[in-house]
Amino acid sequence: MGYVPISIPASFVEFRDVSLAYDGQSGFAVEDISLSIAPGEFVAIVGPSGCGKSTFMKLATGLKPPTRGAVSVEGAPVNGPLKIVGMAFQAPTLLPWRTTLDNVLLPLEIVEPYRSTFKRDRAKFEDRARDLLRTVGLDGYADKHPWELSGGMQQRASICRALVHQPKMLLLDEPFGALDAFTREELWCLLRDLWSEHGFTVILVTHDLREAVFLADTVYVMSARPGRIIERRHVDLPRPRDLEVTYTDHFSEVVHDLRERIGRVRK
Amino acid sequence: MKGGKLEAAAPWLVTLALLVVWQAICSVFDVSDFIFPSPYTIALSLVQYAGPIAGHAWQTFWTTMIGFAIGVVVGLALGVAIGTSRFVYKGLYPLLVAFNAIPKVAFVPILVVWFGIGSVPAVLTAFLISFFPIVVNVATGLATLEPELEDVLRSLGATKFDILWKVGLPRSLPYFFASLKVSITLAFIGTVVSETVASNQGIGYLMMSAGSSMRMPLVFAGLAVIGVMAMAMYELFAVLERRMTRWAHRGDLS
Repeated sequence: MGYVPISIPASFVEFRDVSLAYDGQSGFAVEDISLSIAPGEFVAIVGPSGCGKSTFMKLATGLKPPTRGAVSVEGAPVNGPLKIVGMAFQAPTLLPWRTTLDNVLLPLEIVEPYRSTFKRDRAKFEDRARDLLRTVGLDGYADKHPWELSGGMQQRASICRALVHQPKMLLLDEPFGALDAFTREELWCLLRDLWSEHGFTVILVTHDLREAVFLADTVYVMSARPGRIIERRHVDLPRPRDLEVTYTDHFSEVVHDLRERIGRVRK
Repeated sequence: MKGGKLEAAAPWLVTLALLVVWQAICSVFDVSDFIFPSPYTIALSLVQYAGPIAGHAWQTFWTTMIGFAIGVVVGLALGVAIGTSRFVYKGLYPLLVAFNAIPKVAFVPILVVWFGIGSVPAVLTAFLISFFPIVVNVATGLATLEPELEDVLRSLGATKFDILWKVGLPRSLPYFFASLKVSITLAFIGTVVSETVASNQGIGYLMMSAGSSMRMPLVFAGLAVIGVMAMAMYELFAVLERRMTRWAHRGDLS
């Protein structure tokens, strides 16, 4: 608490003793969370189900103000929805009446400064969305409707939608949870490539420890409700990481360690 | 392909079969036209009274359409209000359910006291009976919005109106159109009920006065006309529904 000197290496997201209680519920959903995420860092948050991971997301995006403590992003306190974030969830939540392209364009219709020039610059924005769809391997599907796409494709489109307004922070809430194992690993690599190309900060909430270790720089382990951060683990695997790394002993060690920590907090 | 054609012809075949059986019963058992007229005598009176029937049918049609139009506007407005605001939902919904349970024919005497005999009670009865399904459907469509999607949009700074306009309303369109099909047939019921009690025009009135002078074939002709009008409007809105909300009926696209 107290005054933080500016000379400390700038953190992009800063949680200081943050707790949140929902209306009409006893006790906190998350409690005393303090952490600091550097610009461009890839962070994963793992924990047993119901530990308040999604609450953490709501706090980081400004959708919920903390009951206690303070959240700041880019050095400024968060006191409302942040427009520099993109979000994706386990369900792709694409709008079935829009084509894939129009789904990806949706954030530009809402967030400033794109919103006010959307009609005028539509062609330019469409090019950008098509480029993005191409990088995730969806060229040729831009004018299809979501129900014509497979689950993995829908999730790719959903990630494009999260990125189209070039957010500085990407929040992912178990985005690959509903996919089969092969598709999931494909999308890990896709996310890895997008991240290393664009350099945004990522907060990935997941149950999947292998996913967390493969992708993240730092893994935070949360305890069961009320959610607290009980471990911060730096993943020292060299980058760029290839899927092969998931079969190395060191990778298994890290995963195993984390697994043990979570096993203990579940009891 | 053959199955498809047969399916398309099914309503006509069934109707034809029904008429044939009906005619056969009337002819074989020599049923009196005063009790249960045969399709043939009904058709005869349809032709014989074509002029007056058309006049009364037109009256019923336009009063129904006006009542229905008001019902759509009010139903949409209430549906949006209930679907977007918990407060309105809590406050208004029980009242609406209670109101919906009252037989609308009970309102006709009141409307007659207020507005006299004629078209106004018929229009209002059609409105009162037809708006409720629209309210429920629109509100349901809005209330089933995925919370995640709302989070995505809100985190981008979307206003409540943005969310309603970009997501809520398009989402509830299939529900809305489905309710129009139900509501238009209800509106016909409202109009005819009101006309039989309190009007000197319209199919309802025609049937009432034909009945009191024992012209049963004409009464049945009136029934047939109402049925045909309601069915035609139902089909119109079904077509409109498929056109406007193709995405919600993707099963039948191919």
